[in-house]
Amino acid sequence: MTMVEIRSAPHIKADNAVVKIMRHVVWSLLPVCAFFIWQYGLSALALLIVVTASCLAAEALFLRLGKQSGNLYDWSATITGLLLALTLPPGFPLWMGAVAGFVAVALGKAIFGGIGHNLFNPALVGRGFGQAAFPVAIATYTPSFMPGRFMEFIPSSLALPFMMPKDLTAWLNAFHVDGISGATPLARWKFEGVLTSSLDLLTSLSGHMAVGPSPLLILLCGGYLAVRGYLDWRIPAAVMGSAAALATALFAINPHHYPDPLFVLFSGGLVLGAVYMATDMVTSPVTPKGMWLYGALIGVLTVIIRYSGGLPEGVMYAILIGNAATPMIERITQPVAFGTAVKRKEKQQ
Amino acid sequence: MKLLNFLRGEAFARGVHPPQHKDTARMPITRLPFAPRLVVPLSQNVGRPARPVVHVGQEVLRGQPLAEPDGFISVPHHAPASGVVEAIRLHPTSSGPWTDSVIIKVHAASTQAVEWEQPQDMAAMNEDELISAVQRTGIVGLGGGVFPTHAKLRVPKEYPVDTLVVNGCECEPYLTSDHRIMVERASDLLAGIAISRRLLGSPPAIIGVEDNKPDAVEAIRALLPPDGDVTVETVPTKYPQGAGEMLIKTLLGREVPPDSRSYQIGAYVQNVATLALVGALTPRGRGFIERVITVAGTAVGRPGNYLVPMGTPLRFLLENVDAPADSVEVIFGGPMMGHAVACLDAPITKGVSGILVFRGQDLAPREARKSFPCIKCGKCIESCPMGLNPSTLGMLAAKRQYDMMAETYRLGACFECGTCSYVCPANIPLVQQFRIAKQVLRGREEAA
Ligand code: SF4
Ligand code: SF4
Repeated sequence: MTMVEIRSAPHIKADNAVVKIMRHVVWSLLPVCAFFIWQYGLSALALLIVVTASCLAAEALFLRLGKQSGNLYDWSATITGLLLALTLPPGFPLWMGAVAGFVAVALGKAIFGGIGHNLFNPALVGRGFGQAAFPVAIATYTPSFMPGRFMEFIPSSLALPFMMPKDLTAWLNAFHVDGISGATPLARWKFEGVLTSSLDLLTSLSGHMAVGPSPLLILLCGGYLAVRGYLDWRIPAAVMGSAAALATALFAINPHHYPDPLFVLFSGGLVLGAVYMATDMVTSPVTPKGMWLYGALIGVLTVIIRYSGGLPEGVMYAILIGNAATPMIERITQPVAFGTAVKRKEKQQ
Repeated sequence: MKLLNFLRGEAFARGVHPPQHKDTARMPITRLPFAPRLVVPLSQNVGRPARPVVHVGQEVLRGQPLAEPDGFISVPHHAPASGVVEAIRLHPTSSGPWTDSVIIKVHAASTQAVEWEQPQDMAAMNEDELISAVQRTGIVGLGGGVFPTHAKLRVPKEYPVDTLVVNGCECEPYLTSDHRIMVERASDLLAGIAISRRLLGSPPAIIGVEDNKPDAVEAIRALLPPDGDVTVETVPTKYPQGAGEMLIKTLLGREVPPDSRSYQIGAYVQNVATLALVGALTPRGRGFIERVITVAGTAVGRPGNYLVPMGTPLRFLLENVDAPADSVEVIFGGPMMGHAVACLDAPITKGVSGILVFRGQDLAPREARKSFPCIKCGKCIESCPMGLNPSTLGMLAAKRQYDMMAETYRLGACFECGTCSYVCPANIPLVQQFRIAKQVLRGREEAA
């Protein structure tokens, strides 16, 4: 007996299922995570694991509670966890990381009904929560490539739950390495007026800077996703293009007051945010023109917040504002239907 | 959007590049034997069903009319093989419903020779006579539109046609029947173009062929008349290049406005297979009794381009191409727009351009069949050739806000090409939802 299967056209599907896209994003993040671990050793490794595990636990819990789209194996909570960990200082107390990870999934995604329904990037919701709840710990950076980083944790990592970490000055002084500082290049520019070389920032390889994984590596990993069609290249292009344009214009007006545009691009979390967080499909505009507008908005806001805000870094807030503006951006950038462009022109005449 | 696609210059905006699988492109047209019984439905095209002119028990010759048209938008049907009329009764069709059909028991000795024809003196005919001559062949649009060809050739006089666009794109994956027709039957095609031009006021004709068929372009070029009124142009291979509106845009740079027909902007589109049939049958006064059909798919042992007698039961064809008798999905047409066949006893009719047979799991990876809510990736908007917003349309459909879909988001412009569903990573059945929405709206209109 022949069984006939009946499906509705189209009968073929592009090989780009949500799960596949997500899986590739995770793969492309692995080199970035490896670099982070190379920079900061055990603490970074533990932070990545704890935050991601906490995101997955939250995902599992809310899936069980019901009324959630998606599933535990769609990789979305894993991505949230890895990205959140990468935006945190490497010595961030692990228990705080666990709380932030749980909040990221709970408040960032689950209360909206799961994947596809959330308005804000969950990783950034988690990071924003961390900023509000643990303002000191989240601003406490440590230098990269410290000796012994694979043998011992940065002391603050192991702070007991609900306890604040101890001050790190004594730990840092014990190394007797000259010219190290726990301040990030952005903080040093903003509060001390010291500019770090853009090339050093791009590779993140030299000295003991308090920086995240290399922007160059992030661009390469993101480039892989863009070529495979799993990431929309227009958003990072618009974010970085508009940030560079505004920074260049200000630098041209007053080079003594403003940093050079390359410093603006490669410092802080701009590249990571542009490539991996602003591009979150669910929370960015669905329309092609909207993607440009949204990216440009984020780039410009980042520069404005950095230059005039109280905090040295503005990427996170810029992206969250971009997320909030997305429905409005979509409304004004609807595609032009075939055959109507001509008519509209005629009407104008 | 893939960076690479952006860098590649292309014709009409958006669209997609599904894997082509045109493995049968080099396989010459071969005949399929007669099935013991042929089933000719009286209604297999747009317009009124034909009226039978034979009775049960009557002997018929291959090519003899079985049914006459009922009005202008209607076509006759002819006996695909010599035999005896066994019954005129309801019979299942590929999409499910049963329709009145003439069932012919084929004589074992029936040959391939066409035994019934009425050669026409076309030069002496006026326009109306020529249109009826085309009507007598029983030809309907072979691209899947199944609109009677003679009726389509009568363009309202207030719209002068300035270009006859001949559609040789065949943009659906797997299908190669149009390709083979252009290679092997280019002279029939040119004859059909000549007849159409005569009826349309002799506009120049452009044959648009996708650039994946260079041998077809060559075969036609070798036979082109020297006056330059008929030309061949290659167009980029991209789905749905073979949609009339898209081909017009690519070749002429014009866009058909919403709610308009292509002839209103001076372009008239006809498919190559249809015109080749017009050119082959009209002068000889023969009927449409067989057509070239691509048979392919992962479950087909002997894929190829077959000349299939109309009315051949699908089951007979499947046995002849070594398609297995276990769980299969059979598609009439291409994989993007074709429809799944519900009943293997259904006959093959005039509108079937391809028959694809798959084992269900071969069509899409399991993972791709898992549905998610819209993740707002924008791929559907990026690909919709009509410039619609399938993402929003899909969300409105889920909420049954059909009026909003039609009024604000131009649901009516969607021609169900399937591109949005094809690219959707969340596997949302967008086209299916749009079809349902249109049906509901049509139903409401009729009720009002
Ligand atoms: S099926 Fe309709 S909405 Fe979808 S891509 Fe084709 S024309 Fe656009
Ligand atoms: S409907 Fe599908 S293709 Fe369109 S934006 Fe949503 S997930 Fe992407």
